[in-house]
Amino acid sequence: MEHLLSLAIWVPIVAGLAVLAVGRDRDAAVARWIALIGALAGFLVTLPLWIHFELGTSDFQFAERVDWIPRFDIHYFLAVDGISLLFVLLNSLMTLLVVWAGWEAIQKKVAQYMAAFLIQSGLINGAFCALDAVLFYVFFEAMLIPMYLIIGVWGGENRVYAAIKFFLYTLLGSLLLLVAFIYLYNVSETFSILEWYQLPLSLKAQLLLFVAFFLAFAVKVPMWPVHTWLPDAHPEAPTGGSVILAAITLKLGAYGFVRFILPILPDASRYLSGFMITLSLIAVVYIGFVALMQADMKRLIAYSSIAHMGFVTLGFFLFSQLGVEGGLVQMLSHGFVSAAMFLCVGVMYDRMHTHLIADFGGVVNTMPKFAAFMMLFSMANAGLPATSGFVGEFMVILAAVKANFWLGFLAATTLILGAAYTLWMYKRVIYGAVANAQVAALSDLNRREFWLLAALAALVLAMGIYPKPFIDVMHASVSELLAHVANSKL
Amino acid sequence: MMPSLLPVLPEIVLLVAACAILLIDTLLSDAQRHVGYWLTQLTLLACAGVTLVTAELEPARVLHGLVVDDMLSDLLKFFSYFAVSLMLFYSRGYLAARGLFRGETFVLTLFALLGMMVMISAGSFLTLYLGLELQALSLYAMVAMHRSSNDASEAAMKYFVLGALASGMLLYGMSMVYGATGSLDIYAIAQLVLTGGGNRTILLFGLVFVVSGIAFKLGAAPYHMWVPDVYHGAPTAVTLLIGSAPKLAAFAFMLRLLATALVGLGFDWQGMLMVLALLSMVLGNVIAIAQTNIKRMLAYSTIANMGFMLMGFLAANLNGYSAAMFYVVAYVLTTLASFGGVMLLSREGFEADRLEDFKGLNQRSPWWAFIMLLVMFSLAGLPPTLGFYAKFSVLEAAVNAGFTWLAVVAVMASLVGAFYYLRIVKLMYFDDATDTAPISARSDNRVLLSANGLALLLFGILPQPLMGLCVVALAQSGFL
Repeated sequence: MEHLLSLAIWVPIVAGLAVLAVGRDRDAAVARWIALIGALAGFLVTLPLWIHFELGTSDFQFAERVDWIPRFDIHYFLAVDGISLLFVLLNSLMTLLVVWAGWEAIQKKVAQYMAAFLIQSGLINGAFCALDAVLFYVFFEAMLIPMYLIIGVWGGENRVYAAIKFFLYTLLGSLLLLVAFIYLYNVSETFSILEWYQLPLSLKAQLLLFVAFFLAFAVKVPMWPVHTWLPDAHPEAPTGGSVILAAITLKLGAYGFVRFILPILPDASRYLSGFMITLSLIAVVYIGFVALMQADMKRLIAYSSIAHMGFVTLGFFLFSQLGVEGGLVQMLSHGFVSAAMFLCVGVMYDRMHTHLIADFGGVVNTMPKFAAFMMLFSMANAGLPATSGFVGEFMVILAAVKANFWLGFLAATTLILGAAYTLWMYKRVIYGAVANAQVAALSDLNRREFWLLAALAALVLAMGIYPKPFIDVMHASVSELLAHVANSKL
Repeated sequence: MMPSLLPVLPEIVLLVAACAILLIDTLLSDAQRHVGYWLTQLTLLACAGVTLVTAELEPARVLHGLVVDDMLSDLLKFFSYFAVSLMLFYSRGYLAARGLFRGETFVLTLFALLGMMVMISAGSFLTLYLGLELQALSLYAMVAMHRSSNDASEAAMKYFVLGALASGMLLYGMSMVYGATGSLDIYAIAQLVLTGGGNRTILLFGLVFVVSGIAFKLGAAPYHMWVPDVYHGAPTAVTLLIGSAPKLAAFAFMLRLLATALVGLGFDWQGMLMVLALLSMVLGNVIAIAQTNIKRMLAYSTIANMGFMLMGFLAANLNGYSAAMFYVVAYVLTTLASFGGVMLLSREGFEADRLEDFKGLNQRSPWWAFIMLLVMFSLAGLPPTLGFYAKFSVLEAAVNAGFTWLAVVAVMASLVGAFYYLRIVKLMYFDDATDTAPISARSDNRVLLSANGLALLLFGILPQPLMGLCVVALAQSGFL
């Protein structure tokens, strides 16, 4: 019980190192099985977090605090609240799915591939659990290394460009974050994030810090106009890389907004809320149109991710319970749906080695089961009621209408745009006459792929029909967060 | 009463051993060169032992103030022995393949080390200068040792001419300070300057020359021109030597000259170091991108890293000095592994110093690719490696001293730097191997290089011991 969070971090990392140590290129099967067991263990150790999580309190739970670098008063300080808990679970689950999804598709350097995902999973859990800024930063940055290798080693043709762009873009943001952390340390003499919540700061300081924090997290989200790395990274990344990138790493950017920006810089957040809402709406509307014009499925889903994450930031900066909770639900839902969409594209890519829409057509004729699953996920992506995609979008739109009708109106265009780009893609890929001989030769889902997609389908439906358990977990923490935002620090 | 010579016993041991090895070497046949090698290693071990036994917590001054023996000097000497010893382990195969595995190499290395030790524990301008020259002369000779190589001769020539110029400037600056204060003793000067004694104009004039000389020895821009040529032209083993322990000595040199003797002019040298730091970080990182030779690239990376170190130093307080010291130690450890890796890949007639030579290393040997990956990320300053905490400390020192803008420029420069380190990782991991020769090295070399690489990770996860040690050593030695 005491070290659950440490286990959530270190079990996958140790498993990853074990895979590296044992796995040889000759017997890839060993590496796969160790990785699967490690990922499963990593997922199982996070389940008690969910079971023993105490509802109705905004306190941080499962806390662990040990001196780490006394020279700078840095602690190994982990704890979760209702916001971070869900993402730890999501991440551990996705890692399990990704390891399983790469079972056959990855034939080159299997051990390194599996190890990269496992180690990355531990690092991501660390970033979600850390309550010491330096500890957070270490996890936040170290995470880039496995993803850089995943894109660069197992990626598509243009992988080197995509990998370096991904790395430098995210590094640009996070380096300023480091300076901001150090500045806060010099003002407060602590790196404890919770103590920073109480730290008085002048508006000028808050605005400067806001710029640094914003760059770090907005690049990660990614928000327009610092989003351009994502559509380059996704098409080149292997399926597993895309899944983790879309489902988890983007969430870390949005998580940064609720963990750092809103509570530490409440006055700057309110001062700049108009600016943030504008950027979010540009992401929703403009990027929605950009997504319509994509010829590559992965690029299309990447743009759709940007649009969906625009909803998340929009929800956050409305500063209402409904808006923030809607944003968080949208993050979770997007985690499931984007992961499922990328897995679907991966299923087709494994068979055809392309993800251009034009290369497909009439897939339903040869892959009916697959077509059914993809239909569900496309609908969820478009925000159809009874899928998880609907809940978060609806909550955010409601919150937006309450704030200002026209805001809600613009946000609601996503329901049309989302449906347009997703369903149009679905139509061109799945329906119509069989496009070519390759499509005619396609085989339907095998058992592994079926259960992989079925698991995600169950989650998407469950969250769409009965989202209450998720919202209950985050409710108290969101109230607390809004209390911080309402409280001026000047 | 006879003054105790105990504090200088390590220097005496080293000097005697170096002379002995010089004599013994003449009696050895070519097949027995390893005797000299092991004697050298033994000497280093003996020096470490003597330093440990004679270590005192309280600072002491001996030989009429010429030598200071404090915890700082003991610690820096330790790191220097360690760096030189590792350098010899890593370069044994490299030197043997090029006919440089000879007594001269060992003896010159030891003399260079002696120079560094004198610098590290110098208490007077005289000893500072003596140590510097002894170190520099030994290194000039070592760069030129590979006589048949045009690059090496050219590098040695440049190093010598520019080095002599820098020594001249330094000496000129020192003489100005002497003229203004009438003393060569760093503590006496400190006292005089702090109480407002001496002619300010002359002191400042001297300070400019002193700082220029130091900048040259460190390789900080705009006094960096010799660095790429020397790093490139010198045999890799010698490059490793130049890039490692002398940085520790140069750091001690700065501490004695600027942070002790001229601490009263702190405000003035702070501004000068700021310009040096800024130029070094930006120029070093930007020009490194254009390099195709890894030794040249690492040379520019050194320039940038010295800029970072100066950024910590110029905070001019214990916080800043300890950050800079930690930075130098971290940098030396990383440099040892980086050039160690280059030498590991080299073989007879093949230097492995072009970037392409790293292509597909992950296919050839996942282990060495991983070690080099750690080195590159440590140089780039990414967690969880030692390099991150080094950068973190100096950034903290700069922000703490009120130079937040400098910290912002520094992180932007390191973003540029990340690009060329990433390129090495890209070559090792993303590209296919063009060279398929097996990587062979002595087992002691393999074990030590692996330990060196893993230490970057280990200290990256638990940096406190090393950080704490730097603070304690400086505080014990009277730096505030």
